[in-house]
Amino acid sequence: MSTVKVEERLFQNRYRVDSGHPHIQIKDNEICHSKCQGKECTHLCPAACYTQEGNGRVVLITDGCLECGTCRIICNEHHNVAWEYPRGGYGILFKFG
Amino acid sequence: MAEHFDAIVIGAGPSGNAAAYTMAKGGLKVLQLERGEYPGSKNVQGAILYSDALERMIPDFREDAPLERHIIEQRMWILDDNSHIASHYRSEEFNKQPYNRYTILRAQFDKWFSTKVQEAGALVINETTVTDLLMDKNRVIGVRTDRVDGEIYADVVVLADGVNSLLAKKAGFHAELQPKDVALAVKEIHFMPTETVESRFNISGDEGVVIEMAGKITKGMMGTGFLYTNKESLTVGVGCMLSDFKASKVSPYTLLDEMKQHPSIKPLLAGGEMKEYTAHLIPEGGYEAMPQIYGDGWMIVGDSGMFVNAVHREGSNLAMTTGRIAAETVLTLKEARKDLSARNLSAYRAALDETFVMKDLKKYRRMPGVFHKNPQFFTDYPDLVSQAARTMLTVDGIDKKTKEKQIRKEFSSRRSLVGLLGDAFKMWRAFE
Repeated sequence: MSTVKVEERLFQNRYRVDSGHPHIQIKDNEICHSKCQGKECTHLCPAACYTQEGNGRVVLITDGCLECGTCRIICNEHHNVAWEYPRGGYGILFKFG
Repeated sequence: MAEHFDAIVIGAGPSGNAAAYTMAKGGLKVLQLERGEYPGSKNVQGAILYSDALERMIPDFREDAPLERHIIEQRMWILDDNSHIASHYRSEEFNKQPYNRYTILRAQFDKWFSTKVQEAGALVINETTVTDLLMDKNRVIGVRTDRVDGEIYADVVVLADGVNSLLAKKAGFHAELQPKDVALAVKEIHFMPTETVESRFNISGDEGVVIEMAGKITKGMMGTGFLYTNKESLTVGVGCMLSDFKASKVSPYTLLDEMKQHPSIKPLLAGGEMKEYTAHLIPEGGYEAMPQIYGDGWMIVGDSGMFVNAVHREGSNLAMTTGRIAAETVLTLKEARKDLSARNLSAYRAALDETFVMKDLKKYRRMPGVFHKNPQFFTDYPDLVSQAARTMLTVDGIDKKTKEKQIRKEFSSRRSLVGLLGDAFKMWRAFE
């Protein structure tokens, strides 16, 4: 049994994506790019919403977000994550929880 | 035209439902706001339901609550790379009604609890995110939601908005969570035929087994794994302190994947179909990290108030108890026609101090610090214990006295004698 990719896992989940209204945003891309050494969000986000591109830029796509809050709390040196809940009814919709 | 309520409860998890239920039952005009499609759709837990906390509000909950299995056996496993050493406690006493604890699926359970809240007379509105608390100087007088004309007023607002509790932070009631005070847990649910669950765990009917695990599976991080039996599924997950995750940069899903591959765990999951993957933060900072839990016109209950006993893996029962006691405090003050000011709401904290909630949190106040400073409890010890068991259980012509000597040597080379005694003392103090 090979390990399951995070995308395949998220495929099992139910979402209602609020297109065009991401509930989490990187405040200043430049801080991730040049000031943040660890880029922990790219490793720790359980839904792998944060990826690091070849040029060192961090890209955030919130569609698979599990709304846990990890990214906001670990970004405690640069405070570069603007985190809100999705609008009512949107986002992850757990079937079993 | 803004409507006015006696109380607004934000969130429909165990604490919010307990608060809304108790206040509505007591005759208050209660509004409960939930951001999910239905109560439970945003909520994640292992999940174990402890009967006592719910029974105090809904004595006959067993009649229609969606319960999975009542727990008759608790296993504690310590794992190294390819072994586990275990203690199992199974008792026929746990097979006598009324049962003490159950596995549940939160999305279904919370939905059920919410029907009770509505039957008690509270107005529950879903798909509504509260964006701000409305303030009059230092006093909370209502909430603003993401709906058009979404301002609503109340005498008291109960914050049951979960671990992230953005509202309390925005209002300055408490500071942002620190990575050392929260655990990140990820889990999956694997479905398989009921008979498979029963034969693998030696159970029948509605009997259930829970396994709590520590050791190599957390890669030296402070944390635990778990595996719970549901009716026709297994829940498997792992959680570690966020500060440790941050330092190690181990991806939580990689940790879970590797745990599922452990030779002691893999056969239990074989053939199952994974149907949901979830992640959740657990506030484990304990007593020392607790924020202020009441003020003028507001109270905090459940996870947003750090009400989790990490040592005993209890949270939902603390949530329900804090929700109920907050509600009872409001009922008492309302009946006496007293103002819901910070001074009067301090009765909430005073009442909590007399319950297991505060007593247990106080008892284990040193625990988070001890574990943070002493990673050997999650690294060296699981290895040593497993090695000791293997040494004693391998029959190879070496006499037992020599084997014992080997084990002692192994322990004192990994942790000096002073270290061992110190660790024993630290654990004793922390549990005392």
